[in-house]
Amino acid sequence: MHEMSLAENVLQMIEEAALTQDFSRVHTVWLEIGQLACVETQSLRFYFDVVAQDSIARNAKLEIIDKPGQGWCNVCRRPTRISSRHDACEKCGNYGLQIMDGDSMRITELEVE
Amino acid sequence: MCTTCGCSTHKARIFGVPDTSHRRTETRLNYRPIPSQPVQEPEAITLPATHAPDMNAKRILRIERDILTLNDAQARQNRDIFSKQRILVLNLLSSPGSGKTTLLVKTIEMLRNELSIAVIEGDQQTDRDAARIRATGVPVIQINTGKGCHLDAHMVNRAIEQLPLQDGGLLFIENVGNLVCPASFDLGETHKVVLLSVTEGEDKPLKYPDMFHVADLLLLNKCDLLPYVDFNTNQAAQYAHRIHPGLPVISLSATLGDGMATWLHWIETSLQAAAVESVPDTSNTVLQLG
Repeated sequence: MHEMSLAENVLQMIEEAALTQDFSRVHTVWLEIGQLACVETQSLRFYFDVVAQDSIARNAKLEIIDKPGQGWCNVCRRPTRISSRHDACEKCGNYGLQIMDGDSMRITELEVE
Repeated sequence: MCTTCGCSTHKARIFGVPDTSHRRTETRLNYRPIPSQPVQEPEAITLPATHAPDMNAKRILRIERDILTLNDAQARQNRDIFSKQRILVLNLLSSPGSGKTTLLVKTIEMLRNELSIAVIEGDQQTDRDAARIRATGVPVIQINTGKGCHLDAHMVNRAIEQLPLQDGGLLFIENVGNLVCPASFDLGETHKVVLLSVTEGEDKPLKYPDMFHVADLLLLNKCDLLPYVDFNTNQAAQYAHRIHPGLPVISLSATLGDGMATWLHWIETSLQAAAVESVPDTSNTVLQLG
């Protein structure tokens, strides 16, 4: 539900980068969104198109790279793959895993002109 | 604009006054159409290294920043302000109707003679909650997010500019009733406190894991209704601990007062910790990209 705010934040960072990096058009935006990051990527795409109208990122392509979730099991002392925060360890079924990866949402690269 | 939840922007109001100071750069860049490219003569030979000053080449810029960088930077500034004044800031989060405002009113009534308390109220519309808080005699600022589904760090910063905060005091931020979106936005608070009322179902932590993951305390409210509803407090705590091992849980009834002493003791302990840990935040707050 907060994807519109996220899209606005992305656009604001692009506009600030444009001021310092001297570009006037954005062709592609690469985002890295973790599986655990509480972001609906379809919704983010929709809102990005909405907020980017009348900006230097109009018609920019949004490339979203999914980042899989990874937790650490304190019982097995090994990493385990997870797709939600309440998943158990794949090996021993222990809950309460420590999140190691897949909860971030980042803007990684821009293709600009 | 959003047909799913009504999220919108540029609609936040603080006591009815539009807050347009945040989000988006002040110097908004407008879309500049690309000039039409010069037509190449078919017979012209173009060398790979030909200098063409009129044409901007496409290039890749590495950014590598968190999408919420700007919010998080503002949150750090807020935290620095609170820390310097040794203010304990509690961000109250829950679904609509789980009793945040009632809990606040009761807590304020029990603590107002001992502590300086202030409140920031977040709601999409109306200042009804602010009126309930104002009746207790403590200063309150109402933020109306319009159709926005959460408070952000910039809104809180604008609110504290207008709020008399006393050193060593307590600031409550009652977030917009929503178990999803507010979890992602750091406001600069000391602790996030999530409320779950026993009328909502014990599986809420599994359904909305992010909120319970970021919380520092879980309050199970409306426990006076336990005889009438199918809610197992142990099961609720167990589900919460799947998401957040070791999350402290307090069962209480804000209406009748059961469990309030434990909640007040938690606040007291947190106040002491906030007084000790009041060191300036030295983390990097530079916003420049690239």
